[in-house]
Amino acid sequence: MTLSHSHPTTPAEGTQTLGARLHGWAVTVDHKRLGILYVCFGLFFFVVAGIEAAIMRAQLAQAAGKVVDPATFNQLFTMHGTTMVFLVGMPILLGMGNYLIPLMVGARDMAFPRLNAFGLWLFVFGAGLLYYSYVGAQGLYGDSAAPDVGWFAYAPLTNKTFSRGNSTDYWILGIMVSGFGSITTAINLLTTILAMRCPGMTLMRMPLMGWMMLVVSVLVIIAIPVLTGAQIMLLLDRSLGMHFFDTQNGGSSILWQHLFWFFGHPEVYILILPAFGFISEVIPVFSRKVIFGYPLMVAATVSIGFISLGVWAHHMFAIGMPPALNAFFAASTFLIAVPTGIKIFNWIGTMVGGRIIFATPMLFATAFVAMFIFGGLTGVMLAVVPFTWQLSDSYFVVGHFHYVLFGGTVFGIFSGFFYWFPKATGRMLSERLGKWFFWLLFAGFNLTFFPMHISGILGMPRRIYMYQPDRGLELWNMLSSIGVIIQAIAIVIFIWNVVVSLRKGRAAGDDPWNAWTLEWSTKSPPPEWNFDQVPTVGSARPLWDAKNPSDPDSHHERTA
Amino acid sequence: MWRPSRGKVGMICLIAAESCIFLTFVVAYLFYIGKSATGPQPAVLGLGLVIVNSIALFSSSFTVVAAVRALQRGQQSVCWRWLAATICLGAFFVCGTGFEWNGLMHEHTLYPSTNLFGTTFYSLVGLHLFHVIVGLMLLSTVLVLGLTGCVKSRHAHAFDLVSWYWHFVDAVWVVVFVTVYVIGR
Repeated sequence: MTLSHSHPTTPAEGTQTLGARLHGWAVTVDHKRLGILYVCFGLFFFVVAGIEAAIMRAQLAQAAGKVVDPATFNQLFTMHGTTMVFLVGMPILLGMGNYLIPLMVGARDMAFPRLNAFGLWLFVFGAGLLYYSYVGAQGLYGDSAAPDVGWFAYAPLTNKTFSRGNSTDYWILGIMVSGFGSITTAINLLTTILAMRCPGMTLMRMPLMGWMMLVVSVLVIIAIPVLTGAQIMLLLDRSLGMHFFDTQNGGSSILWQHLFWFFGHPEVYILILPAFGFISEVIPVFSRKVIFGYPLMVAATVSIGFISLGVWAHHMFAIGMPPALNAFFAASTFLIAVPTGIKIFNWIGTMVGGRIIFATPMLFATAFVAMFIFGGLTGVMLAVVPFTWQLSDSYFVVGHFHYVLFGGTVFGIFSGFFYWFPKATGRMLSERLGKWFFWLLFAGFNLTFFPMHISGILGMPRRIYMYQPDRGLELWNMLSSIGVIIQAIAIVIFIWNVVVSLRKGRAAGDDPWNAWTLEWSTKSPPPEWNFDQVPTVGSARPLWDAKNPSDPDSHHERTA
Repeated sequence: MWRPSRGKVGMICLIAAESCIFLTFVVAYLFYIGKSATGPQPAVLGLGLVIVNSIALFSSSFTVVAAVRALQRGQQSVCWRWLAATICLGAFFVCGTGFEWNGLMHEHTLYPSTNLFGTTFYSLVGLHLFHVIVGLMLLSTVLVLGLTGCVKSRHAHAFDLVSWYWHFVDAVWVVVFVTVYVIGR
């Protein structure tokens, strides 16, 4: 079937030479190793993008800052946004799905293991192309090296006339190649979820994470190709002199915006739904209760998937669309808040009356719910068309999307990271350092991003490299910059925690959290073949059934 | 319990993703119809050659079905003949398109950079042509493997998936043809 099973006589990892071990990681088709590689690359770029953000905050800490010049600042916000979305969010979320989905649905590997490895290395190649621009993109023009057109690369700024040199070409190619990687991973995840489930694992018995990744995969398959198509057009414009987005020859810059945001808005749901999946696994286990309203959660996830394909132009209220379009996209944006709200109530409903254990994963999951509500509420405010006219492209918007993408996605990632780290490594992360990490990150995050709402309302535009003194912006910017220092300390503690725990962490055992889903039934770390025997399940919580044979879930299951 | 075949699910997903790329270009084509202020207009497109071309491409869907059926029945040599016919029809389509483009460029001086019509025409038809060529490479791989004796009737399901891709390339041509030669002309 596949060549993924190592020969039984392969020596254990500890006795191999370093070269042999690295070679093993480079040629692996094991979904667990590929998942770990995705997460490692993602965390590396998380640090890179964090440094880029920190330099920007250093520049903006004071009025008329002189840390970097305007051109460098343009590169920094472009690379920060592009990196966080494509090289941090996507690989970590799809990578964790890659690691967990086969274990959760009781499969021995993904549906297409070699395609899986291909996807990872496409992503690495794409990331390399994007960052190679710093040294290789200058061309003969003495122009900008790294891309400097913003992460959504609006036309006609990307036109050859305005973006000389090759930096935009590197942006196109890097994102396109890693996008192909994302598409292959989504195809793989979707096929695994539909076709590789173990006996008894009906769709309605899957862990909710399975449903979230299923919908995410569908969104990736629909949305990323549209970006790829738009990028091909842009590349043709730039290299063959075509006119898709060339406004001088009848091309339309609005078309780029429509195509980009048709990808871009599903993309934010691609970035948040896996995090929804992580905390939907964490909250029940740490509340010692079954998830509240499983079928509604599934229905809400699927409706979010559908509605997210019809809200894209709310990013374009300020360009002067006809009132009917504005009204439609405002209404669809209000609508998508409904299934999202259903999820919030289901998580709270799960916690209510539970015996809540505030271990680090649960702290992050709880903070996720709170911060996501906050970011969601400012999102609903921005769906009000005149409100967006007032605050479009201001720091209010920056604050809003960092609450959903940092307070949401990144907190969700850390919740899942602390929850599944013992499974992937066999060792527990330190709870003491974990709590320090959580509280510092939580405080630093709010200190950085909450004041941005205020500076935005006071009129500070996003992407500006400096502001004049005496506009009332100094205090809020200084607070944001101090918050970054606290976040940086938190990240250092996190890295220290990982390094120390990998060497000396408490042994985890198979099931340290007393959880209920299949991944906890195998060894930590799982063997290459995942399960000695392919499991058979009788309910949504197979381990509960095994631990409580007198009162298994299957007795309470409603049969449709 | 419903558990579909993974090859089929994977191929359907790939086709869905490819369809979205095509839709992007179709939308751009429709959006830019009639927006070219200067240069050749869609009226320069002739229908004669492209109809012959289309007939060749559509027939190749039938020949590839015949090839798959033959392999399923274990009649390898029949399968290779149908497969070779499919590849010839596909190659005819590629050459025909090249001939058409040659005419457009030399008689009507329509190049990709001439105007929006040239931009959208060459990119949409070219994207499809690229997929025809990829499909031909897949079919040729099967044929070469088959002639060297590596393809048995137990591989029929894999060959069937390749034929799905070929049908997809055909179906896209219906959309491209309607967009470019019916609506756009």
